[in-house]
Amino acid sequence: MSATISFSAQLINLFAALILLLAFAMLAQRRVMQLINLFAYQGLALCLSTLVVAVSTGQTHLYWSAGLTLLLKALLLPWILHRLVRRLQVKWDVESLINIPTTMLVGIGLVIVAFNVAHPISELSSTITRGTLAIALAVVMLAFLMMITRTKAIPQVVGFLAMENGLFLAATSATYGMPMVVELGIALDVLVGAIILGVFFFQIREQFDSLDIRHMERLKDN
Amino acid sequence: MISISGLIGQIFAIALALLLAPVLSGWVGQCRAWFQNRTAPPLLQPYYMLHKLFHKDVVLAHGASSLFRSAPFVVFGCMVLACAIIPALSTDLPLAPAADALALVGVFGLARVFISLAAMDVGTSFGTLGGRREMLVGFLAEPALLMVIFTLAMIAQSTSVTTIVETLAHREFLVFPSLAFAGIAFTMVSLAENARVPVDNPATHLELTMIHEAMILEYSGRHLALIEWAASLKLYAYSCLGLALFFPWGIAEGERFSGLLLAIPMLVLKLAIGGFLLAGIETINAKLRIFRAPEFLGTAFMLAVLGLLVRLMLEGSA
Repeated sequence: MSATISFSAQLINLFAALILLLAFAMLAQRRVMQLINLFAYQGLALCLSTLVVAVSTGQTHLYWSAGLTLLLKALLLPWILHRLVRRLQVKWDVESLINIPTTMLVGIGLVIVAFNVAHPISELSSTITRGTLAIALAVVMLAFLMMITRTKAIPQVVGFLAMENGLFLAATSATYGMPMVVELGIALDVLVGAIILGVFFFQIREQFDSLDIRHMERLKDN
Repeated sequence: MISISGLIGQIFAIALALLLAPVLSGWVGQCRAWFQNRTAPPLLQPYYMLHKLFHKDVVLAHGASSLFRSAPFVVFGCMVLACAIIPALSTDLPLAPAADALALVGVFGLARVFISLAAMDVGTSFGTLGGRREMLVGFLAEPALLMVIFTLAMIAQSTSVTTIVETLAHREFLVFPSLAFAGIAFTMVSLAENARVPVDNPATHLELTMIHEAMILEYSGRHLALIEWAASLKLYAYSCLGLALFFPWGIAEGERFSGLLLAIPMLVLKLAIGGFLLAGIETINAKLRIFRAPEFLGTAFMLAVLGLLVRLMLEGSA
């Protein structure tokens, strides 16, 4: 019955499931440092899954994407974030607006929604990776959830970056990746975004003596 | 209907469970001691304990009702039934139609209800506390266990444990992410259900942390022996279930004794490795605060649900 699924498709599914698991782990993680490490692992899993797609379909530009992912998301961005955390000295626990078990349950609900939405679309697709489209959508939504529930600035940025991971996975699974120009552009965007947000952290802290972005809801000093 | 060889296999499986379960507990204790640089107790230590306890008199509290006296037998009976329907050695078990995987969860639940009621029966504060904590852990662990079983039942298209094991043993080798999720969730549930370290410490009598030990504080003599034996049977049952579901190689099928002969050393080997790993998990993890236990089991539930969803989505066409 299952002979139709080739070995590489199984590997891709495995990595996609791993990415989903890591998205949940990030949602549940309390410590900033571990959160960044998890993000790095997610980047690594993404790189490996892209590599498997590249090998099994023979699309050469996907090798470049995989290399770019590894360099940027698994090494460079985590390094920048680590440096930021060290310089800002914010190793405290991450606070979230709703407690973690509830967040996880909401996350499961989101995954069900994502799977339902993506199922008809992936029926139409004929790529080897069509099953992972749903997972990509779920990862995007989980990253959204993380950005919503976290109050501190750094976890929000990690959520933003994780969302880009999800989008990348979606692009790979739906159409074997975007054109190289677009991909380079997005990668650069994310990098620059992370750097600008890093500068922002310092400004926020200078202004409010804290990285809690709830302080930014007030516009004027009374 | 029931073949002679099946009947013999069934009786043999129960006898082996009764004999092997204390040894498994002893083996885990021994590995734990080695990991922690302590001198290990002998492998047969649980047997000496049982022997000692069976020869001691029973001391009953004044307020103890018949429930308190009958609970050890009910718990022991439940565990023997569970061991009888889990295909540890062979899938040819005449008792297997008595309960499918869902009813198996119910059998464990029945034992849990009785031991908690018995703990509350005498009216000591420790017993009540232990009983309540046990129910808390149980009500969080059960849905996760059911979700794991649903995932496997979907793969095998059946809820019968023997059919699931036969299907899993015969499939060609495939990487099933859903099975990996289910396996991790099952391990976490087993740790919680068997009063193992991240949730409870089987070796502690510290009143703030104990769950299982708090419930059986009032028991003595043969009652305590039965409960201890039932506890090791539960560990054996969960180990065998996990091994049968996730590592189903070497389990005998059909009515051949040669398969059975091969299955026994395989089972012992797998149990030895499993016990070693369990001791490792117990050594590298710290016990969680009781209020973190829901989070631990919530994670197990989440993993099990993810396994189910991944099964639906990724492997739906498979």
